[in-house]
Amino acid sequence: MATPVLDKVEAEAAASSHLITVTFRIRRFNPEVSAESTWEDFQLEIDPKERVLDGLHKIKWDVDGTLTFRRSCAHGICGSDAMRINGKNRLACKTLIKDINPEKPITVEPIKGLTVLKDLVVDMEPFFQAYRDVMPFLVTKDTNEPTRERLQSAEDRERFDDTTKCILCAACTSSCPVFWNDGQYFGPAAIVNAHRFIFDSRDEAGEQRLEILNDRDGVWRCRTTFNCTDACPRGIEVTKAIQEVKRALITRRY
Amino acid sequence: MKIHKYDTVIVGAGGAGMRAAIESTKRSRTAVLTKLYPTRSHTGAAQGGMAAALANVEEDNWEWHTFDTVKGGDYLVDQDAAEILAKEAIDAVLDLEKMGLPFNRTPNGTIDQRRFGGHSRNHGEAPVRRSCYAADRTGHMILQTLYQNCVKEGVEFFNEFYVLDQLITEVDGVRHSAGVVAYELATGEIHVFQAKSVIYASGGTGKFFKVTSNAHTLTGDGQAACYRRGIPLEDMEFFQFHPTGIWRMGILLTEGARGEGGILRNKDGERFMEKYAPVMKDLASRDVVSRSIYTEIREGRGCGPEGDHVYLDLTHLPPEQLDAKLPDITEFARTYLGIEPYTDPIPIQPTAHYAMGGVPTNVEGEVLADNTTVVPGLYAAGEVACVSVHGANRLGTNSLLDINVFGRRSGIAAAEYAQKADFVELPENPEAFVVEQIERLRESTGNERVATLRKELQETMDANVMVFRTEQTIKTAVEKIAELRERYKNVSIQDKGKRFNTDLLEAIELGNLLELAEVMAVSALARKESRGGHYREDYPNRDDVNFMRHTMAYREVGDDGTESIRLDYKPVVQTRYQPMERKY
Repeated sequence: MATPVLDKVEAEAAASSHLITVTFRIRRFNPEVSAESTWEDFQLEIDPKERVLDGLHKIKWDVDGTLTFRRSCAHGICGSDAMRINGKNRLACKTLIKDINPEKPITVEPIKGLTVLKDLVVDMEPFFQAYRDVMPFLVTKDTNEPTRERLQSAEDRERFDDTTKCILCAACTSSCPVFWNDGQYFGPAAIVNAHRFIFDSRDEAGEQRLEILNDRDGVWRCRTTFNCTDACPRGIEVTKAIQEVKRALITRRY
Repeated sequence: MKIHKYDTVIVGAGGAGMRAAIESTKRSRTAVLTKLYPTRSHTGAAQGGMAAALANVEEDNWEWHTFDTVKGGDYLVDQDAAEILAKEAIDAVLDLEKMGLPFNRTPNGTIDQRRFGGHSRNHGEAPVRRSCYAADRTGHMILQTLYQNCVKEGVEFFNEFYVLDQLITEVDGVRHSAGVVAYELATGEIHVFQAKSVIYASGGTGKFFKVTSNAHTLTGDGQAACYRRGIPLEDMEFFQFHPTGIWRMGILLTEGARGEGGILRNKDGERFMEKYAPVMKDLASRDVVSRSIYTEIREGRGCGPEGDHVYLDLTHLPPEQLDAKLPDITEFARTYLGIEPYTDPIPIQPTAHYAMGGVPTNVEGEVLADNTTVVPGLYAAGEVACVSVHGANRLGTNSLLDINVFGRRSGIAAAEYAQKADFVELPENPEAFVVEQIERLRESTGNERVATLRKELQETMDANVMVFRTEQTIKTAVEKIAELRERYKNVSIQDKGKRFNTDLLEAIELGNLLELAEVMAVSALARKESRGGHYREDYPNRDDVNFMRHTMAYREVGDDGTESIRLDYKPVVQTRYQPMERKY
């Protein structure tokens, strides 16, 4: 164990436990009050190592209880708090204040392409409908089900590892310009979840899923702008997964 | 108000709720009411694995697993239930694999297994590889796989519906479950769900602590709804503190990190667990490791300027191993601490993690009204329930197991009950309690704030009923909670609207936390011994003569409306194993 490094970590921890003043500029909307959405500024004292979600909580808990957003686990696993922070899709609980230039106002808006219901809360139903449409479950023929587990080599398991990380937060889909312009497009998240099964050696419905994605609202709408890959808080190579599905459609090999 | 009628209603869509739903939907018309979208549940935060004696990588069997579970729970485990848990573990894992769960694999293609705290070969000889896992996101994969199979089975979900009341109707002198009352977040509308059977699978109560691995939404809503309607709560004094939470934040860093070879060190770099648990060392059970960490801190060997944490050292492990087996937790260290785990040790402290206690059930998931009487039509599974398979301290990887085994069992039992039972009548004005609660909060002009009271509650819980407890600290907590409950009557909210009023729901959740914190503290005060997760410095030994029994806490309301808690006790079921001194 490298003790000098410890000292450095401790010193940094001690040095940076100071509060700074930041401005949160939040897109507000409540149809019970007004049909228009507006920007509202909040100034708060915050430790720069805290999360954007901590800032939103400070506002809600100490200043304005009507501020509305979804959140649960607060460490990037549950996928509740995808929002547009300084113009980029991120999870509020995985974004530290110090990493997004607190000198300037931090803008927080709902993710785009889904109907805003109140403040940062959007209607997730179309997103989950697209997910359900790609048959997001293992399909096997029942004829010779083993009594123990199915065997799968470590390599076959690794083949789809990346796309098993998806938390269905919608950061990718709601960063996609094609999705903004045409809500009928399945969107990156649904394709990622189709990929997770198409490339699983145990699955036997790859052809069906590929046909679903061969649809006019399917993978061919993707314009490889890589917004989805940039937006993914789980580090999934989303665009690559979409390309692999396109290639599978052409070669019928997967 | 809307009224719905279903055979079976499931409250909660985490692992236990969805596992139950897959079974009950096949057998009865089922609705799942969940305050979050299904894949948002905290099952997804579980990391390290799910225990089952598959013996894929070394010799193992379910009897050893049963023994470890009983010993891990400091002999407060009901041994018949632990035996079911360990036996059915094997099918539970195989079922998940068949549903599509992408477990890590051995070189010959079977499910891979790794070491975990408290799991041993042949009754404590040495650590055993029993945990089936998918990298360090096993809970995530279980949650996703169960949701995928719910989609496949066409399970009907009511998302963002908060269940706020349990309906009970007396039929021929027996209290039956009649349904539940729910609040729809999107509209503020009240929904009454009449159902032949109700399964609570609503998770834990960890948010009454400040440093916790639990989600903001883990506020004990199911426990509170049952408790307020006369259902007792069992063993609430037993709460698990996971040894390795990220310092100050409480975010979980899996025990799998130590299963992969990670080591705990104090400020002198010493591997201190060798002193406290010579055989299992860093893989002793969680209560033992958490106490050891705090002992190091109290004796001045903690790290940092304030000496308030220790280190989880992974620096001796190859980076490829960390990338393959522990990708998520190493990323947490980078994201939240700015630390590179390849080269720097990670500052950690114990974090409030898991409620061993909860709504008492038998092994079919049927809820008990007292030590023996079943409440017809009422079921519970997962962290909300107390079967009791975890006793005084749960072993790591046994909760992902619990939700699958007892989620499945309760789903089958509840649906089969619904197939043969009739609906019982709803009570008069079934929505009255919820309407009154909501109107009171919405119209209140009191000067107390939810956030202030919650913060004070969390601080008193951390200070007084955490890893070390004494009569004095617990009494301090009891008094403080009573004061907070009084002040809660004057709580007011700012959002008076109907649409997505999370301000209102946070106020209701705080009410639940306060009520459950009181039960916890009162139960802890009465248990004058140390056992598992409940450690009394003034009574440092286990006392099997007086306390080898489960606590049963009942809510009593006097004629003048004053509330109190009555404690009773329930015998522990012992089959194979006689209590022994617990050493790791």
